[in-house]
Amino acid sequence: MTGPDAAGIEQTGPSNPPRAGATESGPTDRDTSEPRSSAGAQAPMPVAPAPAGVARGGAGGRVERGRAPVRRDPTRFDPRIGRRATFGTIFAIVCFLATMVGILVLATLLIDIFRDGWSRLTFEFLNRFPSRFPARAGVKPALAGSIWVLGLTALISFPLGVGTAIWLEEYAPDNRFTRIVETNIANLAGVPSIVYGILGLALFVRAFAIGRSVLAAALTLALLILPVIIIASQEAIKAVPNSIRLGAYALGATRWEAIRHQVLPLAMPGIMTGTILALSRAIGEAAPVIMVGALGFLAFVPSSPLDNFTVIPFQIYNWVSRPQLEFHELAAAASIVLLALLLTMNGAAIWLRNRYNRKL
Amino acid sequence: MTHRHFQDELDELKTKLAEMAGLAEEAVRDAVRALLESDVAQAKLVVQRDEAIDALELDVEERSVKLLALQQPMARDLRLITTAMKVSGDLERVGDHAVNIAETVHWLVEGPLFPVVPEIEELVRLSTGMLKDCLDAFIRGDTKLAREILVRDDRVDELHENTFRILLTHMMEDPRKISAGMDLLLVSGNLERIADLATNVSEDVIYMVEGSIVKHHAEDRPA
Amino acid sequence: MSAIHSPEGPIELEARDLSVHYNGAPAVRSVSLRIPGRRVVAFIGPSGCGKSTLLRCFNRMNDLVPGASVTGAAIFQGQDLYGSGVDPVDVRRRIGMVFQKPNPFPKSIYDNVAFGPRINGFRGDMDELIETSLRNAALWDEVKDRLDSSALALSGGQQQRLCIARTLAVEPEVVLMDEPASALDPIATQKIEELIYELKQDYTVVIVTHNMQQAARVSDYTAFLYVGEVVEYGPTQALFTNPTEDRTEAYITGRFG
Repeated sequence: MTGPDAAGIEQTGPSNPPRAGATESGPTDRDTSEPRSSAGAQAPMPVAPAPAGVARGGAGGRVERGRAPVRRDPTRFDPRIGRRATFGTIFAIVCFLATMVGILVLATLLIDIFRDGWSRLTFEFLNRFPSRFPARAGVKPALAGSIWVLGLTALISFPLGVGTAIWLEEYAPDNRFTRIVETNIANLAGVPSIVYGILGLALFVRAFAIGRSVLAAALTLALLILPVIIIASQEAIKAVPNSIRLGAYALGATRWEAIRHQVLPLAMPGIMTGTILALSRAIGEAAPVIMVGALGFLAFVPSSPLDNFTVIPFQIYNWVSRPQLEFHELAAAASIVLLALLLTMNGAAIWLRNRYNRKL
Repeated sequence: MTHRHFQDELDELKTKLAEMAGLAEEAVRDAVRALLESDVAQAKLVVQRDEAIDALELDVEERSVKLLALQQPMARDLRLITTAMKVSGDLERVGDHAVNIAETVHWLVEGPLFPVVPEIEELVRLSTGMLKDCLDAFIRGDTKLAREILVRDDRVDELHENTFRILLTHMMEDPRKISAGMDLLLVSGNLERIADLATNVSEDVIYMVEGSIVKHHAEDRPA
Repeated sequence: MSAIHSPEGPIELEARDLSVHYNGAPAVRSVSLRIPGRRVVAFIGPSGCGKSTLLRCFNRMNDLVPGASVTGAAIFQGQDLYGSGVDPVDVRRRIGMVFQKPNPFPKSIYDNVAFGPRINGFRGDMDELIETSLRNAALWDEVKDRLDSSALALSGGQQQRLCIARTLAVEPEVVLMDEPASALDPIATQKIEELIYELKQDYTVVIVTHNMQQAARVSDYTAFLYVGEVVEYGPTQALFTNPTEDRTEAYITGRFG
């Protein structure tokens, strides 16, 4: 849409008022008595004619430093506010429904598990060893094993993961090697967990000769969740504003002092969140743990890292694969125990994080 | 610069102007006394001491420009500084008028014309009074005093006219007295100009304090 | 072509043919100027003229910018800050820096000021040092009853004064300020300017500002930079009332930039 001034025609007198809806103008339009309007509507809005001398290089007029004429013609806009608001509402509803789907599925799952397993959840259940007889079966070694494995996994993976993240974010130069390392870590996060199981079997159980032990499982799981911890920690460290680092350096801090006293404390909540998420995944892994040697029928509770062991996910799998319905109920009960363990873990971690935040 | 220091600089400006006014007042009084007593040595001193007044004017101007450039003063501070520059110019011209009076002493070899001595003395009293008061008004921001000085100028103009008429009469009676008469007329004129400068200062003081322009009798002009 | 009117008196800091390149692109071109002790020197100039980059040379903060390379010398009390064997960590304790946006640590007020002394092995009365630093930063009266509260609860102007206190706590000899008041409201700005005026009794202050009226109010010497070069450097009063260079005059009168 052009207006009378935009044609670059020099005008020394007041130009024709731009006609609403006109697609062309200027001398050519003077012949036609009706403007060619695109919308057919011809609401003549009272628009002030462009003042003389505003045209580019207007003859005799002062060029107003590249100002272009402003037209306030409401018919050039079609706001359709009603329609846009409706779209907004629809979008909000769609997002809500997406949330509801997730919640409903989760709720269904939980209700199902609780319905099946609640009756089996007794103190004896927690305190007994597995048995061929469902009435006498318990989850004790699995529970103990899970806690052992979880503890060791955390101890191994946390320093390794956070240390790697610190190196990558704070010390490593921004060169090709660093980028290759970072890419590969991201790739490792996508490797199927059973592959880690195979690796664990070959490396820890056999090559390191620590046997089918809690330690082997912990090492394997640590490797599994390491990429997650590294990436989450990296993000947390990246999120610390650089101004804090600069402030520390400007006071004569070494790089390590700046990291230890300023960056790490600020990044810690994010690091811990990432670690919790990673450990939550580890606690529920069955496949790699099976590879590394979780036993289905264990008559004792592990008392050292080199002991044989079992974990809850494996026990659940074991029970579910039996035909008797009672065992399925036991599996459900064990699932509840697992969930409770997860909740406790998360709760403890949140408590730790809050304590850290308050110390700031 | 801190606000405190800025304030100190403004106070220093006022002090310099007070000093200038004091010197100018003294110069006027000494010049007229030299005239009435035919004291050539005293007259020479007045001319010499005018250097000090000129030096102060330069000082005030430099300080004012520096404050304007470096401190971006606003409102009352801005008006104070611009007024200070004008006042220093006016005071310097007062000094020059005193010099003019002093130089007349050389020409009046015969004794001064006694008939106008009371008028001259009254003119001196009034104009130096106005000078002193206008600087007081400036230092204290006293617009009441400033307005009152504006009224006194009418009396000065009246006196000057009287002096003119008396001198004219005497000059017409005795042509030998024309030369001396003209000189005395100029002296009276100088004193009248000094009073005018004092009223200028007073008008500037009113602007400085109130922000309203009263000079050139703006109040009397139709809105 | 540049007009450098070197200041008299003892020289604290000196740049000799200092140049900075970011990945090959020049930001500061062969700058030489001398900064007198216990005075305030201001760097002014349009955006991108290199004034902040030049400032950062004096406490080796450009070392932390990837891709930055510095050539030439920066002499501090007779020693080249870029000489071999000079540890930037030590330089930064003696030449402090305050940044444009206040960046207090998310810790208590006390811990903010104490951080520098602690890592630099301060052995003495920490409480007294904290009080002195806060007093000299014109903040003591406002925070003396809440030293343990979070620094982030302070207003912008107070946070900036806290950053100044923190810098003073390690007892530097020079304080560099990179547009210290540009993120603050006018009253807070005025407090900072008054503070700078007080600081110069004990410290050499170099301040970068894009507000030339601020430079006029606060500094004893001013350097006008343009495209990485010092166009003019001299006493502030002379530079603002009667600059030597046409470019300086054009910038100051707002005719370009």
